[in-house]
Amino acid sequence: MNPIVLPMAPPAPATRLISLTVDEQPVEVPEGSTILDACRKLGIDTPTLCYGETLMPANACRICVVELEGARTLIPACSRKVEPDMVIRTDSERVRLSRKMVIEFLASSVDLSITPPAQDYLERYDGRPERYGPSAPPDPDRDKRRAGHHERPDGQTAATVHQPTKIDNGLYVRDYSKCILCYKCVDACGEQWQNTFAITVAGRGFDARISTEYANPLPESACVYCGNCIAVCPTGALMFKSEHDLRDAATWDESRQTRTETICPYCGVGCNLTLHVQDNEIVKVTSPADHDITRGNLCIKGRFGFQHVNPKA
Amino acid sequence: MDLRLLDAEPTTDERAAIDAFLGPPVSTWAGADAVEDGHSAHGGHAARAQRHELLPTLHALHERAGWISPGALNYVARRLTIPPADVYGVATFYALFSMQPRASRVLHVCNDLACRCAGSDKLIEALTDRVGPHGSDTDGATWEPSPCLGQCDRAPAAFLVGSGENPTERELTNVDAEALIEILRGATPASPKSATPPQAGEPNLRLLHRIGLVDPESLDEYRAHGGYAALRRAFDIGPEGVLREVLDSKLMGRGGAAFPTGRKWDAVARQPRRPHYLICNADESEPGTFKDRVIMEGDPFSLIESMTIAAYATGCEHGYVYLRGEYPLAQRRLEHALEQARHHGVLGEDILGHGFRFDIELRKGAGAYICGEETAIFSSIEGYRGEPRNKPPFPVERGLFGQPTVVNNVETLVNVLPIVLEGGPAFAQIGTERSTGPKLFCLSGAVAKPGIYEVPFGTTLRELLDLAGGVSTGRSLRAVLLGGAAGSFLTPDDLDLKLTFEDAREAGTTLGSGVVLAIDDAMDLAELLMTIAAFMRDESCGQCVPCRVGTVRQEEALARLASGRTRGTVQDELDLIAEIGQAMRDASICGLGQTASSAVESAIARFEVFTSNGGTTP
Ligand SMILES: Cc1cc2nc3c(=O)[nH]c(=O)nc-3n(C[C@H](O)[C@H](O)[C@H](O)COP(=O)(O)O)c2cc1C
Ligand code: SF4
Ligand code: SF4
Ligand code: SF4
Ligand code: FES
Ligand code: FES
Repeated sequence: MNPIVLPMAPPAPATRLISLTVDEQPVEVPEGSTILDACRKLGIDTPTLCYGETLMPANACRICVVELEGARTLIPACSRKVEPDMVIRTDSERVRLSRKMVIEFLASSVDLSITPPAQDYLERYDGRPERYGPSAPPDPDRDKRRAGHHERPDGQTAATVHQPTKIDNGLYVRDYSKCILCYKCVDACGEQWQNTFAITVAGRGFDARISTEYANPLPESACVYCGNCIAVCPTGALMFKSEHDLRDAATWDESRQTRTETICPYCGVGCNLTLHVQDNEIVKVTSPADHDITRGNLCIKGRFGFQHVNPKA
Repeated sequence: MDLRLLDAEPTTDERAAIDAFLGPPVSTWAGADAVEDGHSAHGGHAARAQRHELLPTLHALHERAGWISPGALNYVARRLTIPPADVYGVATFYALFSMQPRASRVLHVCNDLACRCAGSDKLIEALTDRVGPHGSDTDGATWEPSPCLGQCDRAPAAFLVGSGENPTERELTNVDAEALIEILRGATPASPKSATPPQAGEPNLRLLHRIGLVDPESLDEYRAHGGYAALRRAFDIGPEGVLREVLDSKLMGRGGAAFPTGRKWDAVARQPRRPHYLICNADESEPGTFKDRVIMEGDPFSLIESMTIAAYATGCEHGYVYLRGEYPLAQRRLEHALEQARHHGVLGEDILGHGFRFDIELRKGAGAYICGEETAIFSSIEGYRGEPRNKPPFPVERGLFGQPTVVNNVETLVNVLPIVLEGGPAFAQIGTERSTGPKLFCLSGAVAKPGIYEVPFGTTLRELLDLAGGVSTGRSLRAVLLGGAAGSFLTPDDLDLKLTFEDAREAGTTLGSGVVLAIDDAMDLAELLMTIAAFMRDESCGQCVPCRVGTVRQEEALARLASGRTRGTVQDELDLIAEIGQAMRDASICGLGQTASSAVESAIARFEVFTSNGGTTP
């Protein structure tokens, strides 16, 4: 009898290196890399907002744009793959202007108070969001806006996405006044990770918004409370209820928090957990984004099943 | 996928409308005597592969019900195995769909550029005074302002949608307030007529020669006037031969981007991956544009014949016409023509006995200018939100359903008939060295004889305006908007501009989709700029920040300038508009954002729209 030969994976093809020039410096990166990868290899700090290490690039925010010699428009560094002999500039007048406008557009229309890099980007590119005027008041009916219709503005206030916070369940809170529409939560909830498809982008243009069907409360939606959307949200628009309550009480203090790495006890998959603890209470749970198995994702048990650990009040 | 449905059921009517389109449900899951608890694993590739039916299903539902209720949305989700949130995301993308109950008769009243020139403001004032503000329900009827309806040669225009058991859709042209109020009160509007082009009957027309003279509903007449001669010649010379003729013709796309058609076809023809798809872009929503409608209403077989030739040359078996939702007459004419063509063996299996198979499916938009962008069309047909995709990859490699795809404008396609008949080199003799062939221009606004004009490239703007009878209103010409809302304003000093791609580029303008809107000195330019800015804001898909927010900030700055209540000086505001424009041009994903400021900036550069002596009123 012939010995059983198990099929073997074909040897990995040797990765071709692509050479290009970024800001006058030559660099080589493996084929399939992005311009962002090339920038990072050279230590060029490139701003990003909608890019997520664990997701396919959504290409939506455009703050990462760079200049490619010969191209009519700027191109997004986070998603554009390198090609041989590209000549890239990351700090030209054009690049700086577009980056400034993107961060100004966002800062003048969205609450970026807890988006970590926003202040840094505003300073770096000399953004002055106040030049668009005082913010328009919040709109409780934002979810009802219709595609293709808006009231003509007088320009005396700057339109914003401000709206009441959605608190409709005990686990997490949605404050879409902080939403930059980066698509990450939708991608994480849908086909890239969770496959639940509880949320989507609804509406169009400036009135586009993250929504369940008919903006129904989460408990009526398909949401399974995996919290994988919270894990990828870059702006704090999606937040643990526990964190939200502490922030509301002005007692949220990251400097007083510790992080404990552990393994989720609930099932055999054994996801890694990072417990964020403040004053001896677990205040939120994350999972390392670079972990081979979870990629930052968890299920409801690992994410939210910690209440019984905390001391009863 | 774990499909979690809503706790809502469709009405009998809603279910009937959906079943009439999709066929009766085949399983209990899909709704036949449903006993489910609404939460059940179900799927498989076949179930999920129906997503491209979403937009037509929503149309079928909306026609009957007049809105998309939670119960109906739930049933659509169940039938097509699409998460309800996704259905909601798609439905809310389109302006023609309502997510709230509303009157069964909805009148969309155009308040865009050409209609404004024809007094639509007054019309809207009269409706507001006498019927009520837009959106208010009076005896089962309501009205809403609308962007350009593609009837600018017959402005002011409106579009009536009546839902129910006998749904109606009707284009209304040259309307006045009395007529609209009557219609809102239930009067039946007159049957629509396709406009006869002003040049009808003139010799030497290549694209318009049948329109207005030959019955658009008769394949026999089409054949008697030269129809299907080009397809026969195409079969004689083979796909490679057709490609050669089109390459030699140097035909450039007429949809706005002016890309060489031969190169596009060649790229798709050479893609080893199958199937290939052909899409005719008939979304025609650029304000001021109506040429494709005139072709489809007046000579529908010519589009079908040219698509068949295009498919033959590029190896496509399946084609789509993506038609804007506000063109019901064009839709009926095309549907009729498609049926006739299939019946007579010039479409479908084994065309003309040459063993070539090709068929065309009509897809109807639902009120979204952005769906005319070539990659947004893919998203829309596939059943997703009509959001453009980042390029690369380009459509010739990865287009519809991820397959190599040809996208061409209606006018581009019908040029293929003279190219195949006369030969590419002969065609290239028409026009100029780099802009070959005949070109259709859409004349509207303050001209005596608005309509579609066919002229060779190289005709000057002045000659074109003269053809249309010059300024009609007894006033003088103030400006011309060339290329549409994504184009630019020219002054009376620019009338010697030769209308070619290269001359336009050199003059810092664009032919765009062939819009020539004449504006006389009675019109308020600032008002037109506000209209354009509002249009761009309404039509932005919202995907990328520069366009989503930039179009809003541009409109706000214009509003401040128009009202005289600026932040800082007028110059500060103009500088701000320039910066917004630069960022939209440089950093937006697609052509909408990239051109959203071009008309505004051209007006500011060429006219003193907002400076104290120019003033905001003439
Ligand atoms: C916002 C936007 C809307 C467009 N709308 C249309 C349209 O309605 N019809 C059209 O033919 N092209 C339209 N285009 C251009 C298409 O993207 C594409 O270039 C064209 O269909 C290609 O066909 P062509 O090469 O035959 O011109 C639009 C582009 C943009 C950016
Ligand atoms: S918690 Fe999970 S299921 Fe719920 S919306 Fe977020 S990603 Fe989707
Ligand atoms: S909620 Fe957060 S993750 Fe979702 S789109 Fe908004 S900013 Fe992005
Ligand atoms: S430029 Fe505008 S229309 Fe185009 S993708 Fe961006 S937001 Fe959408
Ligand atoms: S980070 Fe690249 S587009 Fe947002
Ligand atoms: S139909 Fe009203 S502007 Fe075109």
